[in-house]
Amino acid sequence: MSAPDRGGHGPERESAAQPAPPKIRLRGLRKAFGSKQVLDGVDLDVRARHSMVILGGSGSGKSVTIKCILGLITPDEGLVEVDGQDVSKLSRRDRAAIMDRTGMLFQNGALFDSLPVWENVTFKLLAQKRVTRTAARDVAAEALAQVGLAASVGDLSPSELSGGMQKRVALARAIAAKPDIVFFDEPTTGLDPIMGAVIDGLIVDVVERLGATAFSITHDMASARRIGDDAAMIHKGRIVWNGAADSLGHTGNAMVDQFANGEREGPIQMELRK
Amino acid sequence: MTATLDFVAFIGRAVLAALRVVGEVSLFAIEALSHLLRPPFFWRQFTRHFVEVAYFSLPVVALTALFTGMVLALQSYVGFARFNAESAIASVVVLSVTRELGPVLAGLMVAGRIGAAMAAEIGTMRVTDQVDALTTLSTDPMKYLVAPRLVAATLAMPLLVVVADVLGVMGGYLIGTLKLGFVAETYIVNSWSVLEPMDVISGLVKAAVFGFVIALMGCWCGYASKGGAQGVGQATTRAVVSASILILALDYALTAAFFS
Repeated sequence: MSAPDRGGHGPERESAAQPAPPKIRLRGLRKAFGSKQVLDGVDLDVRARHSMVILGGSGSGKSVTIKCILGLITPDEGLVEVDGQDVSKLSRRDRAAIMDRTGMLFQNGALFDSLPVWENVTFKLLAQKRVTRTAARDVAAEALAQVGLAASVGDLSPSELSGGMQKRVALARAIAAKPDIVFFDEPTTGLDPIMGAVIDGLIVDVVERLGATAFSITHDMASARRIGDDAAMIHKGRIVWNGAADSLGHTGNAMVDQFANGEREGPIQMELRK
Repeated sequence: MTATLDFVAFIGRAVLAALRVVGEVSLFAIEALSHLLRPPFFWRQFTRHFVEVAYFSLPVVALTALFTGMVLALQSYVGFARFNAESAIASVVVLSVTRELGPVLAGLMVAGRIGAAMAAEIGTMRVTDQVDALTTLSTDPMKYLVAPRLVAATLAMPLLVVVADVLGVMGGYLIGTLKLGFVAETYIVNSWSVLEPMDVISGLVKAAVFGFVIALMGCWCGYASKGGAQGVGQATTRAVVSASILILALDYALTAAFFS
Protein backbone atom coordinates (compact mmCIF):
# COMPACT_ATOMS: atom_id res chain seq x y z
CA MET A 1 0.00 0.00 0.00
CA SER A 2 2.57 2.58 -0.99
CA ALA A 3 1.64 6.08 -1.99
CA PRO A 4 2.95 7.47 -5.26
CA ASP A 5 6.37 9.08 -5.04
CA ARG A 6 5.99 12.83 -4.60
CA GLY A 7 9.50 13.77 -3.71
CA GLY A 8 8.58 14.89 -0.22
CA HIS A 9 10.32 17.47 1.87
CA GLY A 10 13.59 15.62 1.62
CA PRO A 11 16.43 16.59 -0.69
CA GLU A 12 16.63 13.25 -2.47
CA ARG A 13 14.02 12.24 -5.00
CA GLU A 14 13.75 8.49 -5.36
CA SER A 15 14.10 6.72 -8.64
CA ALA A 16 10.74 5.73 -10.11
CA ALA A 17 12.28 2.58 -11.59
CA GLN A 18 13.63 1.25 -8.30
CA PRO A 19 11.92 2.78 -5.28
CA ALA A 20 13.94 2.97 -2.11
CA PRO A 21 12.94 0.53 0.64
CA PRO A 22 10.47 2.03 3.10
CA LYS A 23 11.81 3.58 6.28
CA ILE A 24 8.98 2.00 8.26
CA ARG A 25 7.06 -1.05 7.10
CA LEU A 26 4.01 -2.47 8.85
CA ARG A 27 2.46 -5.76 7.83
CA GLY A 28 -0.56 -7.47 9.35
CA LEU A 29 -0.31 -5.53 12.61
CA ARG A 30 -2.94 -6.71 15.07
CA LYS A 31 -3.58 -5.67 18.65
CA ALA A 32 -6.54 -6.33 20.93
CA PHE A 33 -7.28 -5.03 24.40
CA GLY A 34 -9.57 -7.59 25.97
CA SER A 35 -12.35 -8.25 23.51
CA LYS A 36 -11.76 -5.00 21.62
CA GLN A 37 -9.74 -5.52 18.43
CA VAL A 38 -8.03 -2.14 18.05
CA LEU A 39 -5.66 -3.00 15.19
CA ASP A 40 -6.96 -5.58 12.74
CA GLY A 41 -4.20 -6.11 10.22
CA VAL A 42 -2.52 -2.76 9.53
CA ASP A 43 -0.35 -2.73 6.36
CA LEU A 44 1.58 0.46 5.68
CA ASP A 45 4.84 1.70 4.14
CA VAL A 46 6.41 5.00 5.15
CA ARG A 47 8.95 6.32 2.67
CA ALA A 48 12.28 7.61 3.89
CA ARG A 49 12.50 11.41 4.16
CA HIS A 50 8.80 11.80 3.53
CA SER A 51 6.04 12.90 5.84
CA MET A 52 3.25 10.35 6.37
CA VAL A 53 0.03 11.41 8.07
CA ILE A 54 -2.38 8.85 9.49
CA LEU A 55 -5.95 10.05 9.71
CA GLY A 56 -8.74 8.48 11.65
CA GLY A 57 -11.45 9.12 14.17
CA SER A 58 -11.19 8.67 17.90
CA GLY A 59 -10.59 5.04 18.83
CA SER A 60 -9.66 4.03 15.28
CA GLY A 61 -6.21 2.75 16.33
CA LYS A 62 -3.95 5.67 15.37
CA SER A 63 -2.21 6.02 18.72
CA VAL A 64 -1.87 2.26 19.17
CA THR A 65 -0.19 2.06 15.76
CA ILE A 66 2.40 4.65 16.72
CA LYS A 67 2.97 2.97 20.10
CA CYS A 68 3.50 -0.39 18.39
CA ILE A 69 6.14 1.12 16.11
CA LEU A 70 7.89 2.74 19.08
CA GLY A 71 7.79 -0.49 21.08
CA LEU A 72 5.66 1.07 23.82
CA ILE A 73 3.03 -1.60 23.10
CA THR A 74 3.79 -5.11 21.90
CA PRO A 75 1.53 -6.10 19.00
CA ASP A 76 -0.28 -9.45 19.18
CA GLU A 77 0.68 -10.26 15.58
CA GLY A 78 2.36 -8.68 12.62
CA LEU A 79 5.60 -7.14 11.48
CA VAL A 80 7.13 -3.78 12.36
CA GLU A 81 10.25 -3.01 10.34
CA VAL A 82 12.40 0.08 10.72
CA ASP A 83 15.17 0.44 8.12
CA GLY A 84 14.51 -3.13 7.07
CA GLN A 85 15.00 -4.52 10.59
CA ASP A 86 12.22 -6.46 12.30
CA VAL A 87 12.12 -4.64 15.63
CA SER A 88 10.63 -7.63 17.46
CA LYS A 89 13.80 -9.62 16.75
CA LEU A 90 16.26 -6.92 17.76
CA SER A 91 18.41 -7.12 20.88
CA ARG A 92 17.89 -4.55 23.62
CA ARG A 93 20.98 -2.68 22.35
CA ASP A 94 19.84 -2.60 18.70
CA ARG A 95 16.38 -1.49 19.73
CA ALA A 96 17.97 1.27 21.83
CA ALA A 97 20.01 2.29 18.79
CA ILE A 98 16.81 2.78 16.80
CA MET A 99 15.29 4.74 19.68
CA ASP A 100 18.41 6.95 19.71
CA ARG A 101 17.56 7.99 16.13
CA THR A 102 13.92 8.63 16.96
CA GLY A 103 12.05 11.64 18.28
CA MET A 104 8.47 11.79 19.51
CA LEU A 105 6.08 14.67 20.09
CA PHE A 106 3.31 13.52 22.43
CA GLN A 107 -0.23 14.83 22.17
CA ASN A 108 -0.10 16.61 25.54
CA GLY A 109 3.62 17.38 25.34
CA ALA A 110 4.50 14.95 28.16
CA LEU A 111 7.11 17.36 29.49
CA PHE A 112 8.70 16.37 32.78
CA ASP A 113 7.21 18.58 35.51
CA SER A 114 10.17 18.14 37.82
CA LEU A 115 12.71 19.51 35.34
CA PRO A 116 13.16 23.01 33.88
CA VAL A 117 12.56 23.47 30.17
CA TRP A 118 16.25 23.33 29.19
CA GLU A 119 16.67 19.95 30.90
CA ASN A 120 13.52 18.69 29.23
CA VAL A 121 14.83 19.71 25.82
CA THR A 122 18.26 18.13 26.30
CA PHE A 123 17.06 15.15 28.34
CA LYS A 124 18.20 12.48 25.90
CA LEU A 125 21.61 14.10 25.37
CA LEU A 126 22.19 14.48 29.11
CA ALA A 127 20.99 10.97 29.93
CA GLN A 128 23.41 9.52 27.40
CA LYS A 129 26.18 11.92 28.49
CA ARG A 130 26.48 13.20 24.93
CA VAL A 131 26.80 16.73 26.30
CA THR A 132 27.87 18.25 29.61
CA ARG A 133 25.29 20.13 31.66
CA THR A 134 27.00 23.40 30.76
CA ALA A 135 26.95 22.66 27.04
CA ALA A 136 23.38 21.39 27.29
CA ARG A 137 22.14 24.89 28.01
CA ASP A 138 23.54 26.08 24.67
CA VAL A 139 22.06 23.07 22.88
CA ALA A 140 18.71 23.79 24.51
CA ALA A 141 18.88 27.45 23.50
CA GLU A 142 19.59 26.40 19.92
CA ALA A 143 16.70 23.91 19.86
CA LEU A 144 14.35 26.44 21.44
CA ALA A 145 15.37 29.02 18.82
CA GLN A 146 14.45 26.53 16.08
CA VAL A 147 10.89 26.47 17.44
CA GLY A 148 10.74 30.23 17.90
CA LEU A 149 11.33 30.44 21.64
CA ALA A 150 13.82 32.60 23.49
CA ALA A 151 16.67 31.02 25.41
CA SER A 152 15.25 32.51 28.61
CA VAL A 153 12.30 30.10 28.34
CA GLY A 154 14.79 27.36 29.20
CA ASP A 155 14.84 28.41 32.84
CA LEU A 156 11.06 28.16 33.25
CA SER A 157 9.17 25.17 34.54
CA PRO A 158 6.77 23.43 32.09
CA SER A 159 3.84 24.40 34.33
CA GLU A 160 4.63 28.08 33.68
CA LEU A 161 4.11 27.71 29.91
CA SER A 162 0.96 28.09 27.83
CA GLY A 163 -0.33 25.10 25.83
CA GLY A 164 1.23 26.41 22.61
CA MET A 165 4.59 27.01 24.28
CA GLN A 166 4.52 23.54 25.84
CA LYS A 167 3.95 22.09 22.39
CA ARG A 168 6.90 24.04 21.01
CA VAL A 169 9.12 22.91 23.87
CA ALA A 170 8.00 19.31 23.29
CA LEU A 171 8.87 19.76 19.61
CA ALA A 172 12.27 21.17 20.56
CA ARG A 173 12.82 18.11 22.79
CA ALA A 174 11.82 15.77 19.96
CA ILE A 175 14.37 17.27 17.57
CA ALA A 176 17.21 18.21 19.94
CA ALA A 177 19.08 14.95 19.39
CA LYS A 178 18.71 15.33 15.60
CA PRO A 179 16.63 12.20 14.97
CA ASP A 180 16.07 10.73 11.53
CA ILE A 181 12.52 9.59 12.33
CA VAL A 182 10.11 11.89 14.15
CA PHE A 183 6.66 10.86 15.36
CA PHE A 184 3.93 13.41 15.98
CA ASP A 185 0.87 12.41 17.99
CA GLU A 186 -1.97 14.86 17.33
CA PRO A 187 0.41 17.84 17.10
CA THR A 188 -2.30 20.50 16.91
CA THR A 189 -4.90 19.09 19.28
CA GLY A 190 -5.96 21.62 21.91
CA LEU A 191 -4.43 24.59 20.11
CA ASP A 192 -6.21 27.50 18.49
CA PRO A 193 -6.12 27.50 14.64
CA ILE A 194 -3.36 30.09 14.40
CA MET A 195 -1.12 28.31 16.90
CA GLY A 196 -1.96 25.03 15.15
CA ALA A 197 -0.74 26.50 11.86
CA VAL A 198 2.40 27.80 13.58
CA ILE A 199 3.16 24.36 15.02
CA ASP A 200 2.54 22.74 11.62
CA GLY A 201 4.91 25.23 10.00
CA LEU A 202 7.56 24.43 12.59
CA ILE A 203 7.09 20.70 12.03
CA VAL A 204 7.53 21.05 8.25
CA ASP A 205 10.51 23.30 8.80
CA VAL A 206 12.38 21.11 11.29
CA VAL A 207 11.65 17.88 9.40
CA GLU A 208 13.01 19.47 6.24
CA ARG A 209 16.06 20.80 8.05
CA LEU A 210 16.82 17.42 9.64
CA GLY A 211 16.08 15.50 6.47
CA ALA A 212 14.02 13.21 8.66
CA THR A 213 11.12 10.85 8.05
CA ALA A 214 7.97 12.12 9.76
CA PHE A 215 5.08 9.97 10.95
CA SER A 216 2.10 11.90 12.25
CA ILE A 217 -1.35 10.96 13.45
CA THR A 218 -4.10 13.50 13.50
CA HIS A 219 -7.77 14.12 12.90
CA ASP A 220 -7.13 17.74 11.99
CA MET A 221 -7.53 17.90 8.20
CA ALA A 222 -5.92 21.30 7.79
CA SER A 223 -2.91 20.07 9.72
CA ALA A 224 -2.75 16.84 7.67
CA ARG A 225 -2.64 18.80 4.42
CA ARG A 226 0.02 21.16 5.75
CA ILE A 227 2.46 18.61 7.15
CA GLY A 228 1.87 15.54 5.02
CA ASP A 229 3.39 14.31 1.76
CA ASP A 230 1.54 11.01 2.02
CA ALA A 231 -1.60 10.21 3.94
CA ALA A 232 -3.43 7.09 5.01
CA MET A 233 -6.73 6.61 6.72
CA ILE A 234 -7.28 4.05 9.45
CA HIS A 235 -10.77 2.89 10.31
CA LYS A 236 -11.68 0.09 12.70
CA GLY A 237 -8.06 -1.00 12.92
CA ARG A 238 -7.38 -1.22 9.18
CA ILE A 239 -5.84 1.09 6.62
CA VAL A 240 -8.73 1.85 4.27
CA TRP A 241 -6.97 4.36 2.04
CA ASN A 242 -3.44 5.48 1.25
CA GLY A 243 -2.45 8.27 -1.11
CA ALA A 244 -1.18 11.79 -1.54
CA ALA A 245 -1.95 14.19 1.29
CA ASP A 246 -2.89 17.01 -1.07
CA SER A 247 -5.67 14.87 -2.56
CA LEU A 248 -7.51 14.73 0.78
CA GLY A 249 -11.12 15.80 0.37
CA HIS A 250 -11.36 14.62 -3.22
CA THR A 251 -9.82 11.17 -3.12
CA GLY A 252 -12.82 9.32 -4.51
CA ASN A 253 -12.83 7.14 -1.40
CA ALA A 254 -16.18 7.70 0.31
CA MET A 255 -14.81 7.17 3.81
CA VAL A 256 -11.87 9.53 3.40
CA ASP A 257 -13.94 12.19 1.70
CA GLN A 258 -16.62 11.99 4.40
CA PHE A 259 -13.93 12.31 7.10
CA ALA A 260 -12.01 15.04 5.28
CA ASN A 261 -15.12 17.11 4.64
CA GLY A 262 -16.60 16.47 8.09
CA GLU A 263 -19.87 15.10 6.73
CA ARG A 264 -22.37 13.51 9.06
CA GLU A 265 -23.79 11.11 6.48
CA GLY A 266 -21.60 8.51 4.82
CA PRO A 267 -20.09 5.09 5.25
CA ILE A 268 -18.55 5.99 8.64
CA GLN A 269 -21.21 5.77 11.29
CA MET A 270 -20.51 7.11 14.75
CA GLU A 271 -21.33 4.54 17.39
CA LEU A 272 -23.59 6.38 19.82
CA ARG A 273 -25.03 4.79 22.92
CA LYS A 274 -28.75 5.37 23.36
CA MET B 1 -23.35 -27.97 48.02
CA THR B 2 -23.42 -25.19 45.41
CA ALA B 3 -22.90 -22.58 48.11
CA THR B 4 -19.88 -24.49 49.39
CA LEU B 5 -18.40 -24.71 45.90
CA ASP B 6 -19.02 -21.00 45.34
CA PHE B 7 -17.24 -20.24 48.59
CA VAL B 8 -14.27 -22.43 47.66
CA ALA B 9 -14.17 -20.82 44.21
CA PHE B 10 -14.23 -17.37 45.84
CA ILE B 11 -11.32 -18.29 48.13
CA GLY B 12 -9.44 -19.79 45.18
CA ARG B 13 -9.87 -16.66 43.07
CA ALA B 14 -8.73 -14.44 45.94
CA VAL B 15 -5.63 -16.57 46.53
CA LEU B 16 -4.77 -16.59 42.83
CA ALA B 17 -5.24 -12.83 42.61
CA ALA B 18 -3.00 -12.34 45.65
CA LEU B 19 -0.34 -14.62 44.19
CA ARG B 20 -0.46 -12.75 40.91
CA VAL B 21 0.14 -9.44 42.69
CA VAL B 22 3.02 -10.96 44.68
CA GLY B 23 4.52 -12.23 41.43
CA GLU B 24 4.11 -8.88 39.69
CA VAL B 25 5.66 -6.94 42.57
CA SER B 26 8.53 -9.45 42.83
CA LEU B 27 9.32 -9.20 39.11
CA PHE B 28 9.07 -5.42 39.34
CA ALA B 29 11.55 -5.38 42.23
CA ILE B 30 13.96 -7.77 40.49
CA GLU B 31 13.92 -5.69 37.31
CA ALA B 32 14.49 -2.49 39.26
CA LEU B 33 17.37 -4.02 41.22
CA SER B 34 18.93 -5.40 38.05
CA HIS B 35 19.31 -1.81 36.84
CA LEU B 36 21.59 -1.10 39.80
CA LEU B 37 24.10 -3.48 38.26
CA ARG B 38 24.01 -1.86 34.82
CA PRO B 39 25.15 1.71 34.15
CA PRO B 40 24.19 4.47 33.95
CA PHE B 41 22.96 5.26 37.47
CA PHE B 42 21.07 8.51 37.79
CA TRP B 43 22.87 10.10 40.74
CA ARG B 44 20.92 13.34 40.56
CA GLN B 45 17.68 11.43 40.89
CA PHE B 46 19.14 9.46 43.81
CA THR B 47 20.27 12.64 45.56
CA ARG B 48 16.91 14.32 45.06
CA HIS B 49 14.99 11.40 46.56
CA PHE B 50 17.51 10.80 49.34
CA VAL B 51 17.10 14.42 50.47
CA GLU B 52 13.33 14.10 50.12
CA VAL B 53 13.22 11.02 52.36
CA ALA B 54 16.02 11.71 54.83
CA TYR B 55 15.80 15.47 55.26
CA PHE B 56 12.22 16.49 54.59
CA SER B 57 10.79 13.60 56.62
CA LEU B 58 12.85 14.58 59.66
CA PRO B 59 10.28 16.87 61.35
CA VAL B 60 7.41 14.38 61.24
CA VAL B 61 9.59 11.44 62.32
CA ALA B 62 11.27 13.48 65.07
CA LEU B 63 8.01 14.71 66.55
CA THR B 64 6.44 11.25 66.37
CA ALA B 65 9.42 9.67 68.14
CA LEU B 66 9.66 12.38 70.79
CA PHE B 67 6.00 12.19 71.78
CA THR B 68 5.97 8.39 71.61
CA GLY B 69 8.90 8.23 74.06
CA MET B 70 7.13 10.68 76.36
CA VAL B 71 3.85 8.75 76.30
CA LEU B 72 5.66 5.44 76.75
CA ALA B 73 7.40 6.69 79.92
CA LEU B 74 4.17 8.09 81.30
CA GLN B 75 2.10 4.97 80.60
CA SER B 76 4.83 2.64 81.87
CA TYR B 77 5.01 4.58 85.11
CA VAL B 78 1.25 4.23 85.67
CA GLY B 79 1.42 0.46 85.12
CA PHE B 80 4.77 -0.31 86.79
CA ALA B 81 3.99 1.70 89.92
CA ARG B 82 1.38 -0.94 90.82
CA PHE B 83 4.22 -3.47 91.17
CA ASN B 84 6.87 -1.10 92.56
CA ALA B 85 8.82 -1.56 89.32
CA GLU B 86 9.24 2.09 88.39
CA SER B 87 12.99 1.60 88.01
CA ALA B 88 12.37 -0.50 84.89
CA ILE B 89 10.86 2.43 82.99
CA ALA B 90 14.16 3.59 81.50
CA SER B 91 14.88 0.06 80.24
CA VAL B 92 11.42 -0.35 78.78
CA VAL B 93 11.61 2.97 76.96
CA VAL B 94 15.04 2.42 75.45
CA LEU B 95 14.37 -1.17 74.35
CA SER B 96 10.89 -0.42 72.99
CA VAL B 97 12.08 2.58 71.04
CA THR B 98 15.22 1.06 69.52
CA ARG B 99 13.81 -2.37 68.77
CA GLU B 100 10.24 -1.56 67.74
CA LEU B 101 8.75 1.88 67.99
CA GLY B 102 11.54 3.80 66.30
CA PRO B 103 11.62 1.80 63.05
CA VAL B 104 7.90 0.98 62.93
CA LEU B 105 6.58 4.46 63.63
CA ALA B 106 9.18 6.08 61.37
CA GLY B 107 8.24 3.53 58.70
CA LEU B 108 4.54 4.27 58.98
CA MET B 109 5.13 8.03 58.90
CA VAL B 110 7.42 7.78 55.88
CA ALA B 111 4.97 5.41 54.16
CA GLY B 112 2.28 8.07 54.52
CA ARG B 113 4.52 10.84 53.33
CA ILE B 114 6.97 9.39 50.84
CA GLY B 115 5.10 6.29 49.64
CA ALA B 116 2.11 8.44 48.74
CA ALA B 117 4.29 11.05 47.03
CA MET B 118 6.12 8.43 44.96
CA ALA B 119 2.89 6.77 43.86
CA ALA B 120 1.29 10.11 43.00
CA GLU B 121 4.30 11.40 41.05
CA ILE B 122 4.92 8.23 39.04
CA GLY B 123 1.17 7.68 38.60
CA THR B 124 0.75 11.18 37.20
CA MET B 125 3.73 10.62 34.91
CA ARG B 126 2.15 7.36 33.76
CA VAL B 127 -1.25 8.85 32.89
CA THR B 128 0.26 11.92 31.20
CA ASP B 129 2.57 9.87 28.92
CA GLN B 130 5.72 11.05 30.71
CA VAL B 131 6.75 7.44 31.38
CA ASP B 132 6.38 6.62 27.68
CA ALA B 133 8.26 9.82 26.90
CA LEU B 134 11.22 8.51 28.92
CA THR B 135 11.32 5.41 26.72
CA THR B 136 11.26 7.49 23.55
CA LEU B 137 14.15 9.52 25.01
CA SER B 138 16.25 6.34 25.23
CA THR B 139 15.89 6.16 29.01
CA ASP B 140 14.55 3.10 30.77
CA PRO B 141 11.83 4.29 33.18
CA MET B 142 12.77 1.56 35.68
CA LYS B 143 16.34 2.83 35.72
CA TYR B 144 15.39 6.51 35.94
CA LEU B 145 12.29 6.45 38.13
CA VAL B 146 12.39 3.31 40.25
CA ALA B 147 15.98 2.25 40.97
CA PRO B 148 17.13 5.61 42.46
CA ARG B 149 14.02 5.78 44.67
CA LEU B 150 14.55 2.26 45.99
CA VAL B 151 18.18 2.95 46.90
CA ALA B 152 17.42 6.38 48.36
CA ALA B 153 14.65 5.12 50.66
CA THR B 154 16.63 2.03 51.72
CA LEU B 155 19.63 4.13 52.74
CA ALA B 156 17.72 7.09 54.20
CA MET B 157 15.42 5.19 56.53
CA PRO B 158 18.15 3.92 58.90
CA LEU B 159 19.37 7.52 59.30
CA LEU B 160 15.86 8.63 60.18
CA VAL B 161 15.57 5.79 62.68
CA VAL B 162 18.81 6.81 64.39
CA VAL B 163 17.23 10.23 64.93
CA ALA B 164 13.95 8.61 66.04
CA ASP B 165 15.82 6.40 68.52
CA VAL B 166 17.65 9.33 70.07
CA LEU B 167 14.54 11.52 70.28
CA GLY B 168 12.32 8.70 71.54
CA VAL B 169 14.73 7.95 74.37
CA MET B 170 15.06 11.66 75.03
CA GLY B 171 11.27 11.96 75.29
CA GLY B 172 11.24 9.24 77.95
CA TYR B 173 14.16 10.91 79.73
CA LEU B 174 12.41 14.31 79.80
CA ILE B 175 9.22 12.86 81.28
CA GLY B 176 11.17 10.62 83.66
CA THR B 177 13.32 13.42 85.06
CA LEU B 178 11.03 16.45 84.80
CA LYS B 179 7.67 14.90 85.65
CA LEU B 180 8.23 11.54 87.36
CA GLY B 181 11.10 12.58 89.60
CA PHE B 182 13.87 10.26 88.37
CA VAL B 183 17.47 11.30 88.95
CA ALA B 184 18.97 12.14 85.58
CA GLU B 185 22.17 10.12 86.04
CA THR B 186 20.25 7.07 87.24
CA TYR B 187 17.88 7.23 84.30
CA ILE B 188 20.77 7.40 81.83
CA VAL B 189 22.68 4.59 83.54
CA ASN B 190 19.56 2.40 83.60
CA SER B 191 18.97 3.07 79.93
CA TRP B 192 22.56 2.47 78.87
CA SER B 193 23.09 -0.67 80.94
CA VAL B 194 20.33 -2.69 79.24
CA LEU B 195 21.06 -1.54 75.71
CA GLU B 196 22.83 -4.13 73.53
CA PRO B 197 24.29 -3.41 70.08
CA MET B 198 21.82 -5.89 68.59
CA ASP B 199 18.90 -3.76 69.85
CA VAL B 200 20.04 -0.86 67.70
CA ILE B 201 21.26 -2.96 64.79
CA SER B 202 17.98 -4.87 64.52
CA GLY B 203 16.11 -1.57 64.42
CA LEU B 204 18.35 -0.22 61.68
CA VAL B 205 18.00 -3.40 59.61
CA LYS B 206 14.24 -3.14 59.98
CA ALA B 207 14.44 0.49 58.90
CA ALA B 208 16.33 -0.40 55.72
CA VAL B 209 13.82 -3.14 54.89
CA PHE B 210 10.90 -0.81 55.57
CA GLY B 211 12.48 1.88 53.39
CA PHE B 212 12.81 -0.57 50.53
CA VAL B 213 9.21 -1.73 50.95
CA ILE B 214 7.85 1.83 51.08
CA ALA B 215 9.65 2.82 47.87
CA LEU B 216 8.79 -0.46 46.16
CA MET B 217 5.07 -0.18 46.85
CA GLY B 218 5.04 3.53 46.02
CA CYS B 219 6.78 2.96 42.70
CA TRP B 220 4.83 -0.16 41.78
CA CYS B 221 1.40 1.31 42.57
CA GLY B 222 2.29 4.48 40.66
CA TYR B 223 3.71 2.56 37.73
CA ALA B 224 0.62 0.36 37.47
CA SER B 225 -1.86 3.21 37.76
CA LYS B 226 -4.18 4.09 34.91
CA GLY B 227 -7.33 6.02 34.19
CA GLY B 228 -6.45 9.61 35.06
CA ALA B 229 -6.85 11.44 38.34
CA GLN B 230 -9.03 8.76 39.90
CA GLY B 231 -6.49 6.07 39.05
CA VAL B 232 -3.66 8.13 40.54
CA GLY B 233 -5.71 8.65 43.72
CA GLN B 234 -6.35 4.93 44.02
CA ALA B 235 -2.67 4.18 43.42
CA THR B 236 -1.70 6.58 46.20
CA THR B 237 -4.09 4.98 48.67
CA ARG B 238 -2.95 1.49 47.67
CA ALA B 239 0.70 2.43 48.09
CA VAL B 240 0.22 3.71 51.65
CA VAL B 241 -2.07 0.90 52.79
CA SER B 242 0.01 -1.91 51.29
CA ALA B 243 3.30 -0.46 52.59
CA SER B 244 1.84 -0.01 56.09
CA ILE B 245 0.54 -3.57 56.24
CA LEU B 246 3.81 -4.94 54.91
CA ILE B 247 5.76 -2.92 57.49
CA LEU B 248 3.74 -4.44 60.34
CA ALA B 249 3.97 -7.97 58.91
CA LEU B 250 7.69 -7.70 58.21
CA ASP B 251 8.24 -6.21 61.66
CA TYR B 252 6.93 -9.43 63.18
CA ALA B 253 9.01 -11.59 60.84
CA LEU B 254 12.21 -9.63 61.50
CA THR B 255 11.61 -9.54 65.25
CA ALA B 256 11.15 -13.31 65.23
CA ALA B 257 14.33 -13.70 63.18
CA PHE B 258 16.42 -11.47 65.47
CA PHE B 259 15.16 -12.30 68.93
CA SER B 260 13.43 -15.68 69.03
